[in-house]
Amino acid sequence: MRNNFDGQLKELNNNLIEMGALIEHAISAAAGALLSQNIELAATVKADERESDKKEKQIEALCYDLLLRQQPVARDLRIISAALKMVTDMERIADQAVDIAEITTHLVGQKFIKQPEDIAEMAEAAKKMLKESIDSFVNRDLELAKSVLEHDDTVDKLFTTIRGDLIALILENPENGEQALDLLMIAKYLERIGDHASNIAEWVIFMITGEHNTKLHF
Amino acid sequence: MIKYKLESVDLWYRDFQALKNVSIDIKANQITAYIGPSGCGKSTLIKSLNRMNDLIEGCKITGKLLLDGEDIYGNIDVNLLRKKVGMVFQKPNPFPMSIYDNIAFGPRTHGIKSRYKLDDIVEKALKDAAIWEETKDRLKKSALSLSGGQQQRLCIARALAVEPDVLLMDEPTSALDPISTAKIEDLMSELKKKYTVVIVTHNMQQATRISDYTAFFLLGEMIEFGDTKTIFSMPKNKKTEDYITGRFG
Amino acid sequence: MGKVLILTKRKKPGDWARFLLTWAAGFITVAVLLYLVIFIMVKGIPHIKPSLFAFTYTPENQSLFPALVTTVLMVGFTLAVAVPFGVSTAVYLVEYASRGSRLVRVIRTTTETLAGIPSIVYGLFGYIFFCDLLGWGKSILAGCFTLAVMVLPIIIRTTEESLKSIPDAYREGSFGLGAGRLRTVFRVILPCAAPGIFAGVILAIGRIVGETAALLYTIGSVIQLPENLFSQGRTLALHVYNLAAEGLYNDQAYATAVVLLAVVFGINLLAARVERKFIRAVS
Repeated sequence: MRNNFDGQLKELNNNLIEMGALIEHAISAAAGALLSQNIELAATVKADERESDKKEKQIEALCYDLLLRQQPVARDLRIISAALKMVTDMERIADQAVDIAEITTHLVGQKFIKQPEDIAEMAEAAKKMLKESIDSFVNRDLELAKSVLEHDDTVDKLFTTIRGDLIALILENPENGEQALDLLMIAKYLERIGDHASNIAEWVIFMITGEHNTKLHF
Repeated sequence: MIKYKLESVDLWYRDFQALKNVSIDIKANQITAYIGPSGCGKSTLIKSLNRMNDLIEGCKITGKLLLDGEDIYGNIDVNLLRKKVGMVFQKPNPFPMSIYDNIAFGPRTHGIKSRYKLDDIVEKALKDAAIWEETKDRLKKSALSLSGGQQQRLCIARALAVEPDVLLMDEPTSALDPISTAKIEDLMSELKKKYTVVIVTHNMQQATRISDYTAFFLLGEMIEFGDTKTIFSMPKNKKTEDYITGRFG
Repeated sequence: MGKVLILTKRKKPGDWARFLLTWAAGFITVAVLLYLVIFIMVKGIPHIKPSLFAFTYTPENQSLFPALVTTVLMVGFTLAVAVPFGVSTAVYLVEYASRGSRLVRVIRTTTETLAGIPSIVYGLFGYIFFCDLLGWGKSILAGCFTLAVMVLPIIIRTTEESLKSIPDAYREGSFGLGAGRLRTVFRVILPCAAPGIFAGVILAIGRIVGETAALLYTIGSVIQLPENLFSQGRTLALHVYNLAAEGLYNDQAYATAVVLLAVVFGINLLAARVERKFIRAVS
């Protein structure tokens, strides 16, 4: 029954996995470019973002097609509405990776006032959240989606730590101010990536349980 | 307010059990839809609500079926029950008489003879069924000259003419084109202001569009009953989900 | 797709022969009827004279008028007995009795058997039962009842078929409005079934007008205008039979046969008109 429809739903999964992989790469590249102060690597982020943009359009078109032709109800309807909402968040994550990459290009050649390990750790955590949120969609894994929400606290805590460190550095020497602001922006973007990943996880939870947590991550 | 209260209803056609332990409350002034694959008992159940099953030989029913608290399988006048509970069938079935006589058939059956009264009833019923404009100039013409969609609205008007409380509709649009279907669906949301409507439908989108409550039946059992939005977005039972998403039956 | 189906009509060798056979069968049927009618017309029409329609029959003038009146009377009265009876029986069988019950089977077998009995046996039964046992003597009344018994199966059968062909949707519609069974039968079912019932009545009329054997022993052969139902009489068919059997009035027999044909034709025409009017009234 409905083999064709099920096939299209699988296609939707694959597209989301591919888009997720692109964005993960964008985050890694942005963070890597920052650490290694590598302009070429930073440039690849933009390319990833353009690709994921294309993927987003493709996924939306597929969802509209499914809505139109299959008139899905129940679980099918929830899967497709979740996917439609998720791609928006994913696209925003890609944008933020681009923003990070842009700031990174300014920082090339500058001596770090603070070693960016915390930021690398944050990037890693945000990336993990993204990956797990998409995995939880693909595998319809409620527990995994819930754990993504918990990870968000880790990212938030890292942000608070970095912010405290940077304030201390500015107080120490006002000349640190400019770079400190750049680093704070990067940390903020990573924190937002975590929020978007949480949004995705919440849509996955909606897809599985039919209930949407109204707590917003903005 | 609860119109019908059904408790552990079992129904047999000779040795075949068509309904198994069905309990359901039907709320007044709401549209309740019965869905399920062919042979699941939904038509059987709707026909129990005005005892049309009486006409089928070897049909036996047990359990409680209360309409406004009164046992409809108890000591009651079946004809008065059917006056109170109108029915519209799958295929439009106007009698081969004039449009006027079709509508007047019910009221005449229940003793209304005055020409003036009948004129009023016919006009009101046709208006309520949203077919007055199309028929007012041809009331003396045969009802069979109407199109299928018009015939079905005429049948609705005919049912309304006896001033029922409840309107049972057994797949009322399955033989109609999309425009006629849309007209009847519009009409139904008007009708629920005055009547309690129970509809059997094979068209899931139709159930989603028009009904307030939905009950899903399978092999004579009521699998799930709830408000339509929940049934079609978050059904509790796996079988319901499989059926409405088209992965079963 | 390997093969393409050719849907154009292709002539097969046997087609031509089959066409000829069916055409010949149709032709023979019409030809026999035409031959009969023309034969009777040719032999009879020249002998139709006003005197044939005189009020009384005398050995000198073989008037058919008394027989004509008797025939019309017989048709009316026989139908008056058989139709209500037959229609009611059919209504019971179709609308009331539970399908396949023993009683229904018995009634159905009985009517089928009745339909297969030779008419002379009806005549003998009518003589023994109506004339003798009930003491009506040879009379129009006894003749009518005998014929009524004879046409009953026709009326029951055709009415039954006609009732069965009414879609259950009409019954459901009527019951669904709270109409009882009686009202449903009289206001919905019977009006719809009327054309079929009329067809049965026309068949019955044909039987009544054309019957001789069943009447030989039941209405006598007196040629007179009937005074009442206990009078003896002669129908046109019987009159033709008697004239021909006596061998003296062959010409008059043919002339009477022409009138008989006209009567049958006239009655059928009338019935068709009544039927049409009725259908128009209900639909």
